[in-house]
Amino acid sequence: MNLGVPLRLDGVGFAYGETMMSFDVSVAASEIVAVMGPSGSGKTTMLNLIAGFETPSKGRILVGDRDVTADPPSQRPVSMIFQENNLFAHLDLFSNVALGRSPALRLSAEDRAATLDALSRVGLAGKEARRPRELSGGERQRAALARALVRRRPVLLMDEPFASLGPGLRAEMAELVGDLHRETGMTILVVTHSPEDALALAPRMVFVDAGRIAADGPTQHLLGHGGPEAVRAYVGQSRSR
Amino acid sequence: MTRPGLFALGFIALLIGGAFAGLAVEAARDWSGATAAFDAGMLRIAGFTLWQAALSTVLSVAPAILVARALSRHPDFPGRGLLLRLFAVPLGLPAIVAALGLLALYGRAGFLADIVSAAGAGRWPGIYGLSGILVAHVFFNLPLATRLLLAALETVPPDQWRLASQLGMRSGAVFRLIEWPALRTAIPGVAALVFMLCVTSFTLVLTLGGGPGATTLEVAIYQSLRFDFEPARAVALTVVQIALTVAAVFVLSRLGADVTGDANLPVAGSRPRATERMETLLNATMIALAAALVLGPMAAIVASGLQADLGRLATEPAVLKATAQSLVFAVGAAFLSVLLSLSLVAMRRKLETARKGGRRSILETLAGTGASLVLVIPPIVIGAGWFVLLRNTGGVFSVAPIMVVTVNAVMAMPFATRAIRPAYDAAAIRNDRLCAQLGISGATRARLIDWPELRRPLATGFAFAMALSLGDLGVIALFGSDSVQTLPYLLYSRMGSYRTQDAAGLALLLGLLCLALMWLAERLGREKP
Repeated sequence: MNLGVPLRLDGVGFAYGETMMSFDVSVAASEIVAVMGPSGSGKTTMLNLIAGFETPSKGRILVGDRDVTADPPSQRPVSMIFQENNLFAHLDLFSNVALGRSPALRLSAEDRAATLDALSRVGLAGKEARRPRELSGGERQRAALARALVRRRPVLLMDEPFASLGPGLRAEMAELVGDLHRETGMTILVVTHSPEDALALAPRMVFVDAGRIAADGPTQHLLGHGGPEAVRAYVGQSRSR
Repeated sequence: MTRPGLFALGFIALLIGGAFAGLAVEAARDWSGATAAFDAGMLRIAGFTLWQAALSTVLSVAPAILVARALSRHPDFPGRGLLLRLFAVPLGLPAIVAALGLLALYGRAGFLADIVSAAGAGRWPGIYGLSGILVAHVFFNLPLATRLLLAALETVPPDQWRLASQLGMRSGAVFRLIEWPALRTAIPGVAALVFMLCVTSFTLVLTLGGGPGATTLEVAIYQSLRFDFEPARAVALTVVQIALTVAAVFVLSRLGADVTGDANLPVAGSRPRATERMETLLNATMIALAAALVLGPMAAIVASGLQADLGRLATEPAVLKATAQSLVFAVGAAFLSVLLSLSLVAMRRKLETARKGGRRSILETLAGTGASLVLVIPPIVIGAGWFVLLRNTGGVFSVAPIMVVTVNAVMAMPFATRAIRPAYDAAAIRNDRLCAQLGISGATRARLIDWPELRRPLATGFAFAMALSLGDLGVIALFGSDSVQTLPYLLYSRMGSYRTQDAAGLALLLGLLCLALMWLAERLGREKP
């Protein structure tokens, strides 16, 4: 199975209060890209623009051959996983994942099978009837991954998906994402503050600063000693925290 | 969704606009009558309205400062929590029920009169006119003011208390340096709120005030429509009433008061403080007096209610009919109230999200505060406007159910909004993006996502609105008739025809009904699903 398609932001502008953001970036099919940058630099805004939660003031967003700039979020070939609140608190795990197949929860036998399959793929088999509050933070994020799996959209956006997890769980989750990427070939953008996560997951990295892409290149290079000054300052800052 | 919100705003505008149209048409028809109504009598009524409100405010807030301070000094004596819940009861008690309890206790033929004459201390004069109005307003507003001021005292950080005891501050210094600064910021708002409630007080003045010497504008509007048939005079009175309330709300908002008041109070963290013995004694006296003030009338309601022939009352057709109509109106009003509030809450949230931190539009402001605007225009005024408008169509009494349901619904909106808005906004923050991404919208979203999350706050708002509507003697006093009656209306007419025992029995019934609903509202609001 190979879902991935290329993704392109073509002169995408967005006014956020006083700052004018502008994004130009191309991602190849099935690539994993880490998105790093200081808080408030526009990482989440960039993902929100791709997912359709924000509307650009100019420019185009292309997924595959398709211009999705004007499409509503649910019509875009994109899934997004947030830092938290990926699940509806009052629905059980099965329903939460199955919503990715049918937004009205009208499920065929095939939908049910796909949901159970995805749950077991992320290691949550047997927990279908649990409510989100009965799960750990890591399990909730796994459930969100399971829903992204059943939606089968070619692009996956992750906004600090591991930020609330401990170091052991982060490594485990990064490994799971890597596995799923190999299986599905999804094009993945992952926002993270952790150089370890970026190095483990993504061969390529873009560095966002003050509303634009300030650096773009191999992760190892950008995070290494020869990397740009801005990236080194940022990483040094985040490591000392 | 903004469409239901716009519809709700339109509905409120129609209700208020219709009332104003009625007043304007009448003023145009009988201009000399309306202007002639601005006479010395009118001046006296307006003066009394302000005077009784000012006195009530002083008599409620000044003792409340002492009671709140006493309660804050003693954060963990047995029964303190119970006492605070007791102080919340008057908020849920219909005014007509409280009025009956106050008469049963302090009236010329009340329990206190029996005690006074048995002790051979002569005749008890009873409460009447200004004294009756003041006692009633203090009964309602002293506990409210106490709770609000106590909340202000609880905002003092615990470290300040520790510091005070480490430095060896005595009571006087603690009051001057710690408690007074905290109280001083809250007192203007609390006083303004109490003043506002007293300026617009209708039922208490109607039942406990007396004669032209102790009449407020709202009661005068009612009398000019129901007894004197002088619509031109009612128009003039209404204009003055609106001018007064607008001025009061203006001053109130300048002082930063929350017009709808707060029914909830954080329970105090334990913060034991050493006090001197004299002071403890004084505090205990203040607390006991306040407790007696609140408990007395409530006990009188129960005691006199039990003396009534409850068995006969419960099977009397007129009572059964009034109860049934009351419940139907209250359910209708509560349903409408929740629907309107939810529409406005949803619209406000939608507009707030859409503007991304820019300036708030007029529409968003209206959606946020539209419900509270109703407080500027009291139910009696809206009722009076429509009464005058429909007077000549012959349909005045046939529209009574519609008037009662709609006006009570709008009146309860600030409270329903208070129950719904925080839960709605929190749920929207959690769910909006997720629903947009997964394509969950419309009826599917309402059924799968919003209803399960919001049914509890909606039920809280519903029960609150229903209790308010059930106990209200406002619009129904204008529009009530033999065929359209509610329990408060029946209770008032039994009081008027000196069937005091019946009235006491009905008061007990109505009081219990409303308190049960308030209790339900609070429980639903507190528990997590």
